[in-house]
Amino acid sequence: MGHSKKKLIRLVDGMPAFPPSVYHILKLTADINCVPKELVRVIDLDPVLTIKLLQLVNSPYFGLSRQIGSIRQAVVFVGINTIKNLALTIAPMEMLSRDTHNSPFLEGLLSHAIAVGVIARHLARRCGISEVESTDFFVAGLLHDFGKIALHRFFPNKYAKAMAMAAKKQISLIEAERHMLDLDHAQIGQMLADKWRLPPGCVASMGQHHQCPDPDTAPILTCVYAANIIAKTIGVGNSGNPVTETALPTAVEQCLGGSLHELIGTLGDLSGEMHKVQLFIHSWQTGSHLYSQEAP
Amino acid sequence: MKIKFWGVRGSIATPGASTVRYGGNTTCIEVRSDNNDLIILDAGTGIFPLALTLFPELPLTCHLFITHTHWDHIQGLPFFIPNFIPGNTLRIHGAYDPIARRDIREILTGQLQYCYFPVREAELKAKLEYVTLRERQTVKAGSATVTNILMNHPVLNFGYRIECQGKSIFFTGDHEHLYNIYDPHDPEYSEYSLFMNQKNQAIVDFIRGVDVLIADTSYTAEDYPAKKGWGHSTFDANIALAREAGVKTLFFTHHEPTRSDDALERVLQEALTRHPKQPGDPQFLLAREGLVYEL
Repeated sequence: MGHSKKKLIRLVDGMPAFPPSVYHILKLTADINCVPKELVRVIDLDPVLTIKLLQLVNSPYFGLSRQIGSIRQAVVFVGINTIKNLALTIAPMEMLSRDTHNSPFLEGLLSHAIAVGVIARHLARRCGISEVESTDFFVAGLLHDFGKIALHRFFPNKYAKAMAMAAKKQISLIEAERHMLDLDHAQIGQMLADKWRLPPGCVASMGQHHQCPDPDTAPILTCVYAANIIAKTIGVGNSGNPVTETALPTAVEQCLGGSLHELIGTLGDLSGEMHKVQLFIHSWQTGSHLYSQEAP
Repeated sequence: MKIKFWGVRGSIATPGASTVRYGGNTTCIEVRSDNNDLIILDAGTGIFPLALTLFPELPLTCHLFITHTHWDHIQGLPFFIPNFIPGNTLRIHGAYDPIARRDIREILTGQLQYCYFPVREAELKAKLEYVTLRERQTVKAGSATVTNILMNHPVLNFGYRIECQGKSIFFTGDHEHLYNIYDPHDPEYSEYSLFMNQKNQAIVDFIRGVDVLIADTSYTAEDYPAKKGWGHSTFDANIALAREAGVKTLFFTHHEPTRSDDALERVLQEALTRHPKQPGDPQFLLAREGLVYEL
């Protein structure tokens, strides 16, 4: 890969959460009677906080006897107060580097990540996946592009060049990443997820969401793969990739019971959920503004 | 095995006329294996009167298990007199603190800093050994074995199961029965319930069939709504837990510090009235400082 794994992992340790999450977490936790479900909602919609919390609760530090795959599961197993305090240790990292992180690319990517999570969960339900398991699909969708956040943060100049190259040549962003950085977001995402002992479905989705999945063996890969294409087609958020597939592979269509556009037609009942996502993204501006005023 | 309670009060030591029967020291339980191995559960202020009884046994090896490191469970440790005497061994077990990222040694030596206590860890004459435990790690304590499970409290808290020659004890440390953070009309409610059921079942299975369950019972059902999320349980929840796990004896402990002896007996009676005796029920007892119970 050409880059030291240890160095990458150390860099990710210092990665900030997204500004609206930081704002909400600091605001919510300032109240001793903080409502747990509100806190979980904020963490749930932030890929950086989610991945860091899952990394921590699955680390040997906790020494848990089972693997934790979602924030709600983590709350049950280690307690809301521990999750709150872990979030508080992660959140203030943002203070040091808000400027770097507050970019239109990351704002678009956050919307895209949440949309893929929400759509992957919707597809899972359509496939008859249980409600509890469908949360794993949401987490896998939310985190699938985590490698982009990492690459953008570690190599800001080269990553900007990769994005410009992809846009100019109309090639996929992943190709441009390989050209500019000699690695891509799927590789780095999978490597980090594997190192952090995230659930296997998550690891695979981070590493393989650009490959046509085998629907028979991996429903989670199929749903995240299709959700990624659907989110790009309907234009919620921005993955930074100028190339969008115009159809789903036949095997994926058969598995999910519809073509790309038919599946988009089934999203109707998600409008409420997506609206909430937009509100959350909007609070990015309000949140960081208020936060910068309140910061000492 | 034999149990002796040296501290049964929760949160803060409460000496005084109103607590003289049940005692005001904070959590400390002495457990003796059939071979007289010394196991101590928590090092609240009750560990000091326990220490005063140990001189005839010196030099000794003591197996201390810390459920969690809130003050009322560690405050007596600097006053554990065998620590100052050469030839003794104190083997201290406890959880890692993932928030501050410190192991059990770093946490406990923190309370021996000069501003808190005049003797540094390096000056102690006993041999101190620290074991930072992972969940469900089993360790030997003389002829007994001790295993742990993560409970629910605002810091990592291990409940310990001690087994020796067919007899068993479980101590919850501080523990609040799980509750759903969602309202029944929230879409996340059922998923959260399922995770809760898994965790509850894991705890019940872990405790199942013990001879003695010693459980944090800080609150009454009336107290609880105002204290939800504080990490402590109720008489009602523990009666249900003891019944479900099929234990033989349940000791209620970690008595609320403002509760007088008379009030404590009254709230127990009220709870037992709410839960009339059923066939196969455990015996329900209040933990009391100085009480010895043989298994």
